[in-house]
Amino acid sequence: MKRTLWPLIVFMVLVVFLGIGLTKDPRKLPSPFIGKAAPAFTLPQLHELNQTFSPKDMHGKVWILNVWASWCVSCRAEHHVLNSMINNNNVNLIGLNYKDEVADARRWLSRYGNPYQLSVSDIEGLAGIEWGVYGVPETFVIDKKGIVRLKHTGPVTNKDITDEIMPLIKLLEKE
Amino acid sequence: MKKLIIIFTLFFSLAFLNVNAAVEIKKFDNEQQEQRYNYIIDELRCLVCQNQNISGSNAGLAKDLRNQVHKMILAGEDDEAIFEFMVTRYGDFVLYRPPFKATTFFLWVGPFIILVMGIFVLIRFIGKRKKTVVTELSNTDKEKLKQLLNKDKEQSK
Repeated sequence: MKRTLWPLIVFMVLVVFLGIGLTKDPRKLPSPFIGKAAPAFTLPQLHELNQTFSPKDMHGKVWILNVWASWCVSCRAEHHVLNSMINNNNVNLIGLNYKDEVADARRWLSRYGNPYQLSVSDIEGLAGIEWGVYGVPETFVIDKKGIVRLKHTGPVTNKDITDEIMPLIKLLEKE
Repeated sequence: MKKLIIIFTLFFSLAFLNVNAAVEIKKFDNEQQEQRYNYIIDELRCLVCQNQNISGSNAGLAKDLRNQVHKMILAGEDDEAIFEFMVTRYGDFVLYRPPFKATTFFLWVGPFIILVMGIFVLIRFIGKRKKTVVTELSNTDKEKLKQLLNKDKEQSK
């Protein structure tokens, strides 16, 4: 009895572990930035190219950095989520326009709506490297001291906003 | 036949065109720098296409990271500094050889633990089988066996 049961037990353990493996998304990697200072950059603003923006300009504020591009298909899916987030909440949303053409990016925002306070234009993708961007869209939440507190890879959904991002921002506002 | 040859030539010239497009020309000060560059881009993972290194990937990010490595080598940075630059931005996952530390303990040691367990089970299994094979025949059985064998011999004569 015991001898015939052993292979079954081993098999069941294996199934459980493999099953857990299936529920995990291999594209979601732990970000090494959580709890660390937001990487610096100074880039021209998309709509005012002679003016620059740098993360330290947001010191003292809780803010969201959203990496987007007009060539990114899943950004389009995410865009209406960001628009409704801005309409329903008081948040500081900055866009990082990643490896895009200025004209394409501006056209994209005028067509689908512009939820960003401002976007910066990272044509070379160098700020993207500084922020460890590997899949657009990516979303970061940064606290008042300029520390990265959350990273979301892939398009954010309404559920992510209400369950994760907004509660965290409310918490950080009190800090 | 002639058509076939033309098609083949076209196909192969297209294939070569493709190969040429994938090769980037990077200038280095000396051969040692080039060797280091080739070594480093083989050791770094492309995070977009997760099972490729950045030397073998055509993804935009891989290209950017190759440029970054090239730039850092020309700037005189050593290998360690370049790997650290990548790990602080992309995490340990960017390394094809994950470092040995507490969180990766089972990743490194796990296969050996399973190997030892397997050998242990195998040894026990073989040991048990030997025991069942070696059983002495009783005297009556031996007598019976002899009779049967003798009978067999007589018949074959």
